[in-house]
Amino acid sequence: MALHKTVTQNKIQYHFESDNLELSEPNKFKAGDLRSEEMILNVGPQHPSTHGVLRLEVISDGEVIKDVVPHIGYLHRCFEKHAESLPYNQVIPFVDRMDYVASMNSEHAYAMGVERMLGITGLPKRVEYIRVLVAELNRIASHLIAIGTYGLDLGAFTPMFCAMRDREHILRMLEWTCGARLLYNYIWIGGLYYDIPVGFEDKCSEFVTYFKPKLKELEDLLINNKIFIDRTANVGVLPLDLAINCGATGPMLRGSGLRLDLRRTDAYSVYPELEFEVPIGEGKMGTVGDCWDRTWVRVREIEESLRIIQQCVTKLTGEHKRTRDFDPQALVPKKIRPSAQDFYVRAENPKGELGFFFRADGKSDIPFRCKARSCCFVNLSILPELTKGVLIADLIAIVGSLDIVLGEVDR
Amino acid sequence: MSDFLNIILKADDTAAAVPNCTPVTFLVTSKKLTEVAHELHVNPQTYFDQLSCVTGIDNGPDTSTMEVIYHLYSIPFNLSLALKVILSRKDPVVPTLSSVWKSADWLERETFDMYGIIFERHPDLRRILMPADWEGFPLRKDYKEQERYRDVQVKY
Amino acid sequence: MSATPANNDQSKVSIPVTQEDPSTFAYKESFGNSGLIITNIDNLFNWSRLSSLFPMTFGIACCAIEFMSTGTAPYDMDRLGMVPRATPRQSDVMIVAGTVTFKMADRIRRLYEQMAEPRYVISMGSCANCGGPYWQHGYHVVKGVDRIIPVDIYVPGCPPRPEALIGGILKLHEKISGESLMKHE
Repeated sequence: MALHKTVTQNKIQYHFESDNLELSEPNKFKAGDLRSEEMILNVGPQHPSTHGVLRLEVISDGEVIKDVVPHIGYLHRCFEKHAESLPYNQVIPFVDRMDYVASMNSEHAYAMGVERMLGITGLPKRVEYIRVLVAELNRIASHLIAIGTYGLDLGAFTPMFCAMRDREHILRMLEWTCGARLLYNYIWIGGLYYDIPVGFEDKCSEFVTYFKPKLKELEDLLINNKIFIDRTANVGVLPLDLAINCGATGPMLRGSGLRLDLRRTDAYSVYPELEFEVPIGEGKMGTVGDCWDRTWVRVREIEESLRIIQQCVTKLTGEHKRTRDFDPQALVPKKIRPSAQDFYVRAENPKGELGFFFRADGKSDIPFRCKARSCCFVNLSILPELTKGVLIADLIAIVGSLDIVLGEVDR
Repeated sequence: MSDFLNIILKADDTAAAVPNCTPVTFLVTSKKLTEVAHELHVNPQTYFDQLSCVTGIDNGPDTSTMEVIYHLYSIPFNLSLALKVILSRKDPVVPTLSSVWKSADWLERETFDMYGIIFERHPDLRRILMPADWEGFPLRKDYKEQERYRDVQVKY
Repeated sequence: MSATPANNDQSKVSIPVTQEDPSTFAYKESFGNSGLIITNIDNLFNWSRLSSLFPMTFGIACCAIEFMSTGTAPYDMDRLGMVPRATPRQSDVMIVAGTVTFKMADRIRRLYEQMAEPRYVISMGSCANCGGPYWQHGYHVVKGVDRIIPVDIYVPGCPPRPEALIGGILKLHEKISGESLMKHE
């Protein structure tokens, strides 16, 4: 008995066959490959963990895991095909949607790359400082999601609400700047879309003063919580040489003890003029490189981002304060046609190294090839190495500590 | 740059620098690729310990070549380098680098998925982003989408 | 006909009723403090269904983050009675939040079939409505989740604000309150 009439616009076209699932994404292991005590578990694309559509094929002997095979591609949205069909500046909304929790950082990397290809140097300092300001705000938002959802995965519901409540403040500030809460299209090639609104710098300082005790509260609630420590310390230890060989970057690599931060190494934008520390994992609660270390590195990075925001606000109200004739779109080129070259640019996303490879053929405004080297994709490929011999509950803890966003894994 | 060239020439004597590239790029033959990579990985002057990115490029059916570009990064010396390999479009085969860097595993699988480039001796070469029964290699320049998949129209 | 209370109770609320056709009574009245409400089964069932719609946690992409924001902080979904359930078997509404790809299409269909009736689908965001920004060159994107499952409410936006999603949920409430057990299609 149909209780209501649906108003579907399109006609339903899907055709069902019983082996559809098996054909589109077959398991790597079949039942015949396994020993008799092992079984294949499917942590399917839809699951209560909030990371998105990731499928894990888990071969386990009871509770102990023998192998994990990640299956991805459920969110493959053809970014590279779009980048080969649209002019450079029109690709920026698609760049946003790759890592959707930290869009400003992705846009920053992309815009830097195209500007260097075009030879645009000498952007106004105010533009650079605003870019760093919004990028660091977005870094805090991204880490808050990472920490909040990690707690949620492990069963701690309250830190999630604390983190999201503070993240709302950041989102409202960014909405005040450019009109959108999540996907901004704000950092353009050669400048910005708008200047920051009047009073934004004061609101930022207010936010920093408001947030410091809240961060301490979040840390005490979750990170220094005995149960959290027991579940994450000594779990998923990533040795440094394996991390480097597997291409890990960002908090994954820093959690294993290597002080490598592209904001310091490559010294791009105005980061050389700012003072901040680069935290690394020290094995405080367990071994160096375990899940607790990675989360702890993220919390420390939020603190450092607050420092950077404070310094940017000082600069933006002092030396580089707003003037009447400041136009953030002054250097935005009307026609973006780089000369024929290959170019690789990389920047420090909250999750690792985001790189863009461009091939420009010098004849058109459309990139011949634009490849996004995504940090989460490479970080996720380490998962099988980390999960040999752990329990299934530890698997969830390890996946949470990788901090993956499927939009970037699948692009 | 000349230091890189000398080191690479030890492993592959037909290597040459490619102009207009950032970072500095060298063209190597696909047969000698593994030796070049191994040399760059272990040489005490370079120690390229991270493979950042593997990119496939399709030059179109007119030129009938495909390229694979590998971006390397050395953490101890803060050096960046790229290696370029040119393959024929009809039969694109290149040896795998997953014996040197583990990150090559998934990056090469993605290049295979998008372009159809076969990586020899890869431990597990299968599609990673597209469904396993998808027809065609999507990022090729002459790719036409299939009409329907599971009877759902692919185009808008 | 308005009912006279048994005692002169000042706190009684009496709602006058429409009297055109007694066979279609929409007759709601409460009798003082005695806790008695008279209504019809349709209204009762619809009210109880719409006040506790359990959504399935089915966030795919960027809209999932806005869905999470709707569930927490100032836009609380819990006050609408919506508690996310992880399994489709226990949920009433599937909020398809994010881009649907062909690989995911089979799974969405299976999840939809696993939900028990009465079930509703909200298509959240422009990717789920019509393919969104990926409509032109997205070879792997299904141009609208309604090519796979029937959809009740479309919420536009990229991503829709939490207020927009709550607006969509309220529209779904309106839709549910118009249902009837007796009407056949």
